[in-house]
Amino acid sequence: MSARVTTRRVKSGFFTGLVGLLCFLAVLPLFLIFADLVHKGASSINWDFFVKIPVPAGQAGGGVANAIVGTVIIVALACLIGIPVGIGAGLYLAEYGIGRLGWMVRFLADVMNGTPSIVVGIFAWTWFVRPAHHFSALAGGVALAILMVPMLARTTEEMLRLVPHSLREAALALGYPRWRTSLSVIARAALSGIVTGALVGVARVAGETAPLLFTALGNLNFDTSIKDPMQTLSLQIFTYATGPFDDWHRLAWASALVLMSLVLTLAVAARWATRKRYGT
Amino acid sequence: MSPATAEPLSPATTLNAAPRPHRRHYGDRVYRGLLTALALSLPLLLLAIVAQLLLSSWPAIHKFGFSFIWTSVWDPVTDVYGAAPMIFGTLVSSFLALLMAVPLSLGVAIFLTEFAPRWLRQPVAFLVELLAAIPSVVYGLWGIYVLIPLLRDYVAPPIRAVLGWTPLFNGVFYGNSMLAGGIILAIMIVPYIAAISREVLLAVPATQREAALGLGATRWEAVWGAVLPYGRAGIIGAVMLGLGRALGETMAVTMVIGNRHDIALSLFQPGYTMAAAIANEFTEAQSRMYLSALFEVGLVLFVVTVGVNALARLLVWRVARGAAVGSKAL
Repeated sequence: MSARVTTRRVKSGFFTGLVGLLCFLAVLPLFLIFADLVHKGASSINWDFFVKIPVPAGQAGGGVANAIVGTVIIVALACLIGIPVGIGAGLYLAEYGIGRLGWMVRFLADVMNGTPSIVVGIFAWTWFVRPAHHFSALAGGVALAILMVPMLARTTEEMLRLVPHSLREAALALGYPRWRTSLSVIARAALSGIVTGALVGVARVAGETAPLLFTALGNLNFDTSIKDPMQTLSLQIFTYATGPFDDWHRLAWASALVLMSLVLTLAVAARWATRKRYGT
Repeated sequence: MSPATAEPLSPATTLNAAPRPHRRHYGDRVYRGLLTALALSLPLLLLAIVAQLLLSSWPAIHKFGFSFIWTSVWDPVTDVYGAAPMIFGTLVSSFLALLMAVPLSLGVAIFLTEFAPRWLRQPVAFLVELLAAIPSVVYGLWGIYVLIPLLRDYVAPPIRAVLGWTPLFNGVFYGNSMLAGGIILAIMIVPYIAAISREVLLAVPATQREAALGLGATRWEAVWGAVLPYGRAGIIGAVMLGLGRALGETMAVTMVIGNRHDIALSLFQPGYTMAAAIANEFTEAQSRMYLSALFEVGLVLFVVTVGVNALARLLVWRVARGAAVGSKAL
């Protein structure tokens, strides 16, 4: 009997150790990837990297200024289109989302969150590139916005639902109409959470490549017109990583390090903002 | 309000109470209408995507019918297309990824909800979330220059020595392969499966655990016998969400899987996926039928992933009811 108890104890200890090990193995790639990015990318980062545009293949030097600016422009376009729609849909779900339409929108938002981004890319191509007969940053921004909307709708709704009911009741009791209660009391109380959701959304689309392949396309020159093809860091990394030149590979690692720093900063900032408020 | 009404009305009522509900009503109606329109954009968008994919792939659907799905000729010169190899590759790479990712993610979820010291839980959960923040193209870059050399030098030779005779591992390992694609995908979907499984396990009532412990179960027995079965449907949902991600993942897979239009059983051989095919060939598609075939690949991919996701969401919702589940991790 006691031998059996011992076996069971040992088994329990063994499995505890096993899940701990599995957890360690799951997190390990994060450190490996980051170490490699710093190791292989940091040495290529210098002033030229940030202020120069790419040089012709085979030559040394050059930078990715156009890709950095392009990333910022395309992500800004995505925010301009995606944030109002996403937050509006989130407000709808939190305010009026109990009916059948609310259920459907919520469900579809969750389902669309997992839509392959490449499919969104060909959709944006059909609607915005083909009619215009040329690739454009605007089409890329729209594609990224489409990816942002479902995500933002759901996080906004969750953040709004965290606001205590007593606040809504107090505002209504004071004679505020519902729309003002919703906007200047509820949404305002949840503002930091909503901003966090937006930051997470931005972090995710900033690294997207697949939907930009047939929309923004990439551009070797410095071009800030949203009607023209535009380079982004993610597209740059793809081109350089799969290209044949050692110098390109170096620049790919350096660009990846910059992109990762950008994305991680956004993710950590988002995390920090919510922790302060909700202590999660 | 006409003064001729029989009912006596106080000035306050006539001046304030009567018109105000009307005004409120108006503002609220505008607000509600506006929000409804914005919310409706989601279903409309989904509808537009499906309709557009159907429309654009109609020539291919019409010409090839179901043979598109199970034939493997892909020839832009003669305009004959069959997507079997990429459908096969998508399924194999995704299942390979699940095979590795499921134990890892469940390990994370169980460890973080049941065994880890309290101070460790939040930081580790955050690190796992960060894995989801790494852009796909960065995974691809790392896959080409770190993972593949690692596999070629240290992993493939011993596997070949022992299991080289099996159809799963025969042939020479050159690097770009189904195996590399599966591993990269596994790393990428771990955070999704882990985060949602963790939320599901957190939603399991404490009484479930306590009852098992009270009956004399060891901690592991309580987890295995009482907690996991309770959250089973939710965990299956989490795994399916991971599957949905893996099926549609594009860049990282395109960069390491080899992009060969061929069905090979061996995991050491290059393969192809639906998403990779679109990424590689879309801008080169010259003829109308070629483009249409690629749209049909997109349609198949879209329908499959949306189906898998929908089923997964229903499963997760059933277990951990409430608005919060799932999207925090996405």
